[in-house]
Amino acid sequence: MRAETVPLKTCPKTWMQDLGSPAAGADRTFEELLTAVGRDRDRTAFAALFGHFAPRLKAYLRRQGCDAGGAEELVQDVMLLVWRRAETYDPTQASAATWVFTIARNRRIDALRREQRPEIDPADPTLVPDPMESADDGVAARETAGRLQAALKTLPPEQADLLRLAYFEDKPHSLISAEQGIPLGTVKSRLRLAMERLRKAMRDSR
Amino acid sequence: MTVPTHHPGDTLLIDYAGGALGEAASLIVATHLALCPCCRLNVAEMEAVGGALLETIEPEEVDPACLEMVLARLDDLPPLPRAPRPKLVCQPAEVPLLPEPLRRYVGNDLSRLPWKRLMRGMDCYDIPLASGSERRGKARLMRLASGVGPPHHTHRGIELTLVLDGGFTDDLGQFARGDLSVADDSVRHRPVADEEGCLCLAVTDAPLHFTGALGLILNPFVKF
Repeated sequence: MRAETVPLKTCPKTWMQDLGSPAAGADRTFEELLTAVGRDRDRTAFAALFGHFAPRLKAYLRRQGCDAGGAEELVQDVMLLVWRRAETYDPTQASAATWVFTIARNRRIDALRREQRPEIDPADPTLVPDPMESADDGVAARETAGRLQAALKTLPPEQADLLRLAYFEDKPHSLISAEQGIPLGTVKSRLRLAMERLRKAMRDSR
Repeated sequence: MTVPTHHPGDTLLIDYAGGALGEAASLIVATHLALCPCCRLNVAEMEAVGGALLETIEPEEVDPACLEMVLARLDDLPPLPRAPRPKLVCQPAEVPLLPEPLRRYVGNDLSRLPWKRLMRGMDCYDIPLASGSERRGKARLMRLASGVGPPHHTHRGIELTLVLDGGFTDDLGQFARGDLSVADDSVRHRPVADEEGCLCLAVTDAPLHFTGALGLILNPFVKF
């Protein structure tokens, strides 16, 4: 598969000119850029990540009910968290997009709902360890992400639409069912079928 | 250590991974995840789906001033410290009964909680959540003595029950530590605590309907 690179020419000129060599970000994957931010505090890499993710984050937050101004403020918050947390990013665990997605999801739950998001603590002695974890094959998460994106395009539209509603609209599947007038059982089976196909794509080459 | 046999299922895990669940339901799903490596893997994959969807969303133009503002603030912000790693010089003498994230909500000393008696052999403790999150669901710890169960009831909405210690049995089977029961309005069930009693976390997103005579009496007190 062709390595995905940063679409540098889409970056606004106004800020690219201030950032030294634009070529520095041209041939790096988002995962490499994120790693460079964590390791070297690389501002050029960060600006390239911003150029790619900020417009997507804005679209995501708009679908969660933010107005344009509020969405741009939250985009800034999320990207600042990306800068501050980049050191903890592990490219074998998640693609850059997945990692950014989880930060944006948690930030908007905090900002829009004023709720905590309860999550596991990997260091908790009570956590039941994964017996398979030692068999970690170290396949870079971005390879899995590539197969996943390809599989996403093959989903029947009614499954893909429901998946987008589930991830983008802050509505549990029961509410989606009520609002869309689709029986709960149908919502569940479509989501389940979609997930089965995507899971197969992710696990295929392991 | 045994692995759970009753799981939340794909749709509930997708709701969690996408961030659509309220705090109460997220708390019970995350606490199940701590006890269930298999559902943890599922959620990691569902988060990857979230990442792929973010990649394919139609981007919306961002005011270029945003980047300038962010860049101007970078130097003021030190990196956030990594989550402190426990010093694993030796295994902790005692592994806490309750896993995170539940432990940070209720502590680990159950005897110190202000338990409320619902009926003989059945006590509960309502877990405080973010104000405003209660319209999305309530979370409570339930402690049942051997052979005790709540009165017959059906559900309007959904009831999730996670066993933390001991176990219970109902129409759907036997539930032990880490098992999560999902009951919706199609289920009219009567869970009964096993011989060793049962400690569980229960989450509801709508009031229960008690259907028996005792239920009519209890209902105003339970307010579930």
